[in-house]
Formats: sequence, C-alpha cells, structure tokens
Amino acid sequence: MQWVGLGLFCVALLLFTGMLGLESYTITPDVLPKGANEHHQQAIAKAATDLGFSGKTFSSPFAAVDGYKAVFAKAQTDLISTYEASGAPDGLGEWDFKLGDGYLKNQLFPIIRESSTGSVSANPWMWFGLTFGIGILGGLLYILPKFSADPGIKNDHIYHSPLTRGLTLTWRSVFLGFTLIGVLAYGISYMDGKWVWPAITAGVAILITVLVFIVQKSAKNTPSRSASPDMASATLGILGGTYLIGFYLLLYWAPYLITPWVIMCSPLSEFLSGNAASQWFVYGTLYTTIVIVMGVRMWSKYQHNKYQLVRTSSVMFFQTGFAFLIPELMSRLGGPSADLKNIWPLDYDFFFDWNLNALMSSGGFGIFLLGWGIALIVIGVPVMTYFFGKRWYCSWVCGCGGLAETMGDPYRQLSDKSLRSWKYERFIIHGVLVSAIVMTAAVLYHFFTGNAQIWIFNAYDIRKWYGFLIGAGFAGVVGTGFYPLMGNRVWCRFGCPLAAYLGLVQRYKSKFRITTNGSQCISCGNCSTYCEMGIDVRWYAQRGQDIVRSSCVGCGVCSAVCPRGVLRLENGDDDSQFRADETRAIHISADSVGIL
Amino acid sequence: MHIVIIGNGIAGITAARHLRKQSQHEITIISGESDYHYSRPALMYSYMGHMRKEDLKPYEDWFWEKNRITLKTAWVEKIRFPEKRLEFVDGSIMNYDKLVLAVGSVTSYYGWPGQDLDGVHGMVNLQDIEAMERHSEEGLKKAVIVGGGLIGIEMAECFHTRNIPVSFLVREESYWNRVLPPEESNMVTKHIQNKHGIDLRLQTELAEIWGDGTGKVKLAVAKGGEKFQCEFVGITAGVKPNIEWLSFSNLELGRGIKVNDHLETSIKDVYAIGDCAELNDPQPGRRPIEAIWYTGRMMGETVAYNILGKPTPYRPGIFFNSAKFFDLEYQVYGSTPATLPEGQSWFYWQHPTEEKAVRLYWDTSSKAVLGFHMMGIRYRHEVCEAWIANKTHINEVVEHLGLANFDPEFYEEHEAEVVSAFNQQEGTSVKLASKRGLSGVQRFLKKLTSKSTSRV
Repeated sequence: MQWVGLGLFCVALLLFTGMLGLESYTITPDVLPKGANEHHQQAIAKAATDLGFSGKTFSSPFAAVDGYKAVFAKAQTDLISTYEASGAPDGLGEWDFKLGDGYLKNQLFPIIRESSTGSVSANPWMWFGLTFGIGILGGLLYILPKFSADPGIKNDHIYHSPLTRGLTLTWRSVFLGFTLIGVLAYGISYMDGKWVWPAITAGVAILITVLVFIVQKSAKNTPSRSASPDMASATLGILGGTYLIGFYLLLYWAPYLITPWVIMCSPLSEFLSGNAASQWFVYGTLYTTIVIVMGVRMWSKYQHNKYQLVRTSSVMFFQTGFAFLIPELMSRLGGPSADLKNIWPLDYDFFFDWNLNALMSSGGFGIFLLGWGIALIVIGVPVMTYFFGKRWYCSWVCGCGGLAETMGDPYRQLSDKSLRSWKYERFIIHGVLVSAIVMTAAVLYHFFTGNAQIWIFNAYDIRKWYGFLIGAGFAGVVGTGFYPLMGNRVWCRFGCPLAAYLGLVQRYKSKFRITTNGSQCISCGNCSTYCEMGIDVRWYAQRGQDIVRSSCVGCGVCSAVCPRGVLRLENGDDDSQFRADETRAIHISADSVGIL
Repeated sequence: MHIVIIGNGIAGITAARHLRKQSQHEITIISGESDYHYSRPALMYSYMGHMRKEDLKPYEDWFWEKNRITLKTAWVEKIRFPEKRLEFVDGSIMNYDKLVLAVGSVTSYYGWPGQDLDGVHGMVNLQDIEAMERHSEEGLKKAVIVGGGLIGIEMAECFHTRNIPVSFLVREESYWNRVLPPEESNMVTKHIQNKHGIDLRLQTELAEIWGDGTGKVKLAVAKGGEKFQCEFVGITAGVKPNIEWLSFSNLELGRGIKVNDHLETSIKDVYAIGDCAELNDPQPGRRPIEAIWYTGRMMGETVAYNILGKPTPYRPGIFFNSAKFFDLEYQVYGSTPATLPEGQSWFYWQHPTEEKAVRLYWDTSSKAVLGFHMMGIRYRHEVCEAWIANKTHINEVVEHLGLANFDPEFYEEHEAEVVSAFNQQEGTSVKLASKRGLSGVQRFLKKLTSKSTSRV
C-alpha cells in the first residue's frame, strides 16, 4: 500500500509539473485588463494585427510571452511616434498616453492567465483533483500505514537514504554560492539596473565571511561535523532541492509561467473569497495542503511524544485557519484581509504605506487590525516569550515554522552543527533584523514626511530590495528550497528577523530553557543531530548545563530522540542563567571536591 | 610535566579536559582505535543510520588543538614503567611523567570452539560496528546473539533495523534478571519478543560455532544441541578489562588494574580509570569494577585532581544508570537490586496497559528511601538524588513524587495512581501534594540546600 501511495504521489507530482506545458495561449486584444486605457487597447490591437499575431495561438508560455513582448514593443513605438507627431489627444498626460516599460511587466501575469486556453481552463476541478487530490491520496496512503508501527523513535536509515542524507560541505557551498550569485545577478535586473543594491549585499556577505573567518578565527577550525556524507550522494535530496528552488523562482519572479496552476485553483478561490486566484492563492493552497498532509506524517512519526502531537496539531491549525481560511473569508466580507498571526518584522510590509492606508481607511476593523499588529510586536512577543520562550511562536504558530516542522521534518538533521555555522548565524540573523528595522524606518519616514529620498537612498528602492532579497530570495528560495540541502530551518535560523527579536527576549529574559537531567547524558549526539536549529545540544547536556540559547525554537525533538531521558523543555521560575552556567559541570559527588 | 593518557574513551577524555582546565601541563592522548574521541554508547546509532560516524564525536576536531591536547593514533605495545617510557607497535617511543591508563574493556570470549571464525564479533568498538556493517552489506541473512545484557539488546536492535532476523541466546530464565527485578525483566522480555519479534531463546547457551569450510560462520550450536543457521555471531556475554597486554609488567592486576581510592596503581605516577580499573576498596554497595559510562566520567574527573596534587578520593556518590531496550527507557537512582535484600522494602506500580513502571526501595525500619527504578517513565536525577542523600521518609517521597517526574510536557502524569497503589500496599493515606514542573523543583531544592549545610 505504501508503494501504491508513493506511486500515486509521483504521478500527481508529474502531472502537477507537466500541466504547466499543456495550455495554449491565444493573443487577442480583449485579454487586456478591464479598465485599461482605450488608447493603449487600440494601439495594442493594432500592433497585434500588424504583426499578424491577432488571434494567433502559441503552444508554450515562453512563445506567448515573446509574442506579447513584441506586440507591446510595437504598440509602444507606435504610440511614441503618434505622440511626437500630434501630441496626446483629449488632454491626456504624456505617460497616460505612452506605454511605460513597467506596464508590460505588471500586466504580463494577468494577460497570460486570460489568454490561456486548453484542458486546464476547461476543467480546472479535474486538474485540481488530478494533482492535489491524487497527491493527497498518495501521500496519505504512504503515511497512514506508519501508524501501525509501535510508538518510538523512527530515525532508522535517515543517513542511508539518498533523500535525507545531505551534502558535503563543498557541495553545499557550491549550491549556496550559485544560488547567491544567481539571486544577486537577477537582482540587478529586478532593480532596473541599480547594481548598487546587489553590490552592497555582496559586500556585506564578504564582510561577514571575513569577520567569521579572520576576526573570529574560524579559518583553521574546519568543521568536522558539517553535514557531510560522501560526495553528492544525496541525489534525491539534490533533485528535491532543485525542484523547490525552481518552484520559488517561478512563483516570485515569473508567475506568468505558472498560470495553469492559478487557473486550476481559481474555482476554489472563488468559492472561498469570491475572487479569482492569484499565484499567492496557489501558494497558500499548496502550503496548507503540505502542512496538513505532512502534519499527519508527524503524528505518525512521533506517536510516542505527546508534545509533538499537540505542537504539530497547533501548526496545522494556525496554517489552515489563520493563514489560509480566515484571510480569504475576511476578503469575502469586503474588509481588509490579514493573517492575524503574522508579526512584523517577519511581516515586513506591515508598515508599508499601502497597508497602513488600507487599514486606516477601512473603519473600525482596519484600526483594530493595525492595533492588533502593533500590540503583537510590543506586548505579545515579549510577554509570551517571557513565559514560554520563543517556541510559542516559532514552532507552534508561525507558518514558516509550520512548513519546517512538517514538510521539513525529514531534513532536520542536515542543519550544520559546527561552531563556524553558529558564528555565521549570529551575524546574518541580527544583520537581517537591523536591515528590517532600517528599511521600516525609511518607509515610515517616507509615509509621515512624504519625502522618499533619504540622503542618497530612496525609500522605495530600500523596500523593494528588502522584499526581493529577504522576503523572496532568503525566506523562499533559500529558506525552503534548501530544505534537502541545508536543513529545514535555514530561514528561521539565519534569516528571520522576528526569530532574532524573539531570540533576544528568550536569551535574556525568559523562563524557558531545556533542562538537562543531572548526569544522565551519554554524549550520543542524537539531540545535536536532530536539532533543526543547529544547536550543539550535546555540548551542554554532557556537562549537565541547562540550555539557554536564543535560536532554540522549542520544537522538543531533542527531548523526543534522547535515548536516556535527559532533556526536558521547561518554563521555570528563576535561576535559568545560573543553571546554564558551565560550573555545573560537576559529575562526582560535590562533597569530595568542593567547588570546582 | 608531560601527562600521557592511553585511551580516548570517556574516562581518558574527561581526565584530559579536567587536567587542561586546571593546569598548563603537556597532555597527550593515545588511541589506536580512533583518531578522535567518540561516544561509545552511540555506536549503534551509526549502524542504524540515525547518525553519521562524525556525529558520534562530542567535540569538533579542532577542539583538541585549541585546548593544546595532543592526539596520537597508535597502539602502545609495551610500557617501560621504570624508565617511564611507552613503546609503540611501530617502534617509536614516548616518555611520560604521569601516565593514565584508560584502556577500557574488551569483549569476553569464553573459549567457544569456532570463536575465531570470520563473522564472530562483539560490539564495543568502532571496528566491531564496521564489521557488522560489512557483514550486513555482504548479504547477512541471519544473526545469532549470545548473551543477554545491554550490548546484546543493542545489537539485536541494530540488525532488526536492517530486517536481519536475530536469534538471541540468553542464559538466564528471563532477560537481564541479575539486574532487573522480575516484573521489569518480564516487561523487557515481552517487549523484545512481542513488539519487535526477536527470537529470544531463554536458558540457552552457546556451545560452539561451526565454520563453512572457508573460515566463515555457518552455524551456531546451543548447549542443548539446537543448531542455528547464521552468518554472524554477536558475542555480548559481558566485557572484561583490557589488561592482557599489561600482564608482562609488575603492575598489580586483578580482574582489572588494581587501584586505590585515589585511582593510583601499584606503580608510582601511574593511574588507571574507567572500565579497566579495579578498585581495591570500593564504597559499600558498589562493585570493584563498574564498566559504566558514568563511572568512567567520574573517575576521569577525580584522577585529574589527584594528578595535580589535590588528593581526592574517588567518591562516585549515589549510583545512577540508564539504558534503553528498543523503545523502552530505563532509569535507576540509588540502590535497586533485582531481589529484595533483608531489611528493605519495595513497592511496584505498573501501568495497566502501557509499558510503564515505577519501583521504590526503602529501609524497612527507618523508612528512608533507598532507590528508584523506572521503566518508560523519566525521573529527575537531582530530586531523586536529594531524597536519597537526605534519607527522606518514603511517605514524604511518595507525597511529592510529582517533583521527580521528568517526562516531557503533555505526558500523562501517573503519580496519583502510584500514590493510591502505594497506600493500598502500605495501608497509608498519603496524598499527592506535588505535580511535575521545574518551578516546584527549584523551590524544593532551594529549601533542601538551605536546610542541610553539609552539602556544597
């Protein structure tokens, strides 16, 4: 039955991927968005006819995009020459008449979606069933038999599997290096040639590496415990990672290539919110489906650990309810819609002008949402973290955490445990927190003063680059795409500014810690291996120290996999800092040695 | 001063770390088995694919250089004690000022015919695990494991993960019943038989091993004559101190290397710690050789003081231990013999359906608690130790039993059931007054330390 499930899942994945090439795209003048300027419409229609593209059908989205680009370029030139010959009619402004460069960029996705014809457009529900339906069915068929196994640790053969065994340090660096260079190179075009932002980013990356290697003397401390099996033997992991990275690249930067998915999900979106689907609805549906199906897998895997069962149910609930259904229903009711559990600075556009304007212009409910968002930042985070540690958010509520804890669970062992990676982590995550604050400050400065230019920087550019680099590149492409390559919490550990904020509270003012049970540790290393945040838990446990680390998300897996019952996540009244002290490393009876 | 430690197991490594913490002496650790220290109890996890070999190392490789601890991979052939000199197998030599022997244990073979065949292995070191991996990859179809202790069950779990059927020959009438009281032993026996389908052969001893004519294992024959077809025989009928190679010298040996209370051997400036050490005069209730991770670590810590001129007797304190039998966790604190000694009482509670049990030991006349024995439930070391050290009345222990619970959050707390069963047995009317949780524990420990001035 498990093999049938796996087979069905593969079929669904193939269909899901293959359907992107199934649609045809017919260029017609009336696919332009409603309300488009009549001069633009006419110019485009004329250009299409002149080029012989009107009514022409392309069999691939690439060809269709090229076709549209040609039509737009022609329409653009035509309008310019008309303007230069006779000026704009009807007293229109120059740019209301001419076609701007940005116009096509913004309209490409809706245009391609509208011009799509074929099996998917004709039978969206059927395709939804073939992909999501069969995928879910296959996944569950694969997972459900696991419930019949006896409760207990289920980590057999993780390091024998080509899916979950990880890459060597070299291969990992290659993938990371190429991704970083690729994102920065694409960033130059994304920022319309303003290479200064990619250049600053590259400079910061080099600076951090210099700090880690030279100032913090990590150069000669070559990590011995980086996730390093032989060569690139995690073949399926590489395939999986590449697929995920590709998915995010399309989602963020080429959504017009994934319109069949959008069309397939549209009926569901209309059912929920009354609106047609966007690529974000596809993403949300897929995300929620994965969190639920892989959450069921978590239940089966951690039957022996009630903390995992409750916590997994919590992330499934918050993803389905708060991140997916409630915002859809809110928009059905016509008000502003918001993910009520998303907190700035993870929710980096909370203070953007369009959001503030939307909230402030939609009456009492909007103001409530604004107040709620600010209260979460100012009161919610410190208070909840004081009592429960950052886990209340990161591994119980957060959507990124939810995906990491469900889909990402098979890869948790791939997080790098070396001291060097911890050094990188501290620079990068706090760096992102600082840039989130600076970016937001610039945006708010602009919002309140109306002045977008701050010294040599432009508030729009700052936020655009932040959204590109951190919001999409880091959180999405690297954060999730690198699950099978660098572990399931790459974003949470190295990048999330909210995790950095929660972590500072947890480190300096919280009742939460992981307690070590006296001297029972046998240094086996299961805790460190399965720590998704790359904390070398064993380092502390074998000394009898409590673990108080800003990065710990309190997933509780160290405690679940400990074969000697050594670790317990606890909220205690006091002295957590004392108990985390190294002088507790006394194993022999204290009477005989005095104070060490 | 040059301090040389032979053996990079937990005892030797702990000694080195504490020596470095407190001194600037030159420290060298010698091992032939592995370049770096690794966690021996974790060997099974590398075979099962839970961890890679490098994950077994508790410290990153650069740690040793940074702490100026020299590591040398070599086998010592001879020790010239009068000249304070080591001779290595490759002919090179090394001088020492102080020598620590932390050479551990080796598998006990009992002279079975065929025990030298290819495919007969213990499971105490890296080479053993590599041999198990090699045989498994070469298409091992069936294995026999001889000896029902902790290592045997770990080996059975290992093969089980690769779907290699195991026949587990155990001399006793129920699993590990020299150490586990009857009910617990029975629980483990059932766990491995029923839940994991191990072919457990109780009261069965190995007689001899037959080869296939090419030097490889073909059959294991039990004393009753029963034959087991297999390509691998795991020998896990105990370990013994690794001292044969020292027998040429005038170092005083018993079953292990004889040491006094300060872990000094019969030769000046030579110490022995860990599995290989045999105490002349162990603490009451303790054995002269305790081949346990935890005692090795404590000896390593103690020997560092003694080497550095701060004479410190070896006082392992209140006994504790833990293990895991497949999915079944086991923890003990204090004295928990398998059969009830004269003058002691015990109480046993077992969950009606789940594999969970608690056994408490106390002194019948003074009612002072003596030990805790848990299956499938985690108890807190500090709390149990404090109760035992303070000779707490058993009723008070039962009343506050919740403080001892160390199970993860949301786990069911069974203390109320334990208390009512206790009341029924003892005719008492104790009421459970404490629940699980760190805050209560912190208050309890604080109260205790302010009450007793003898403890630091």
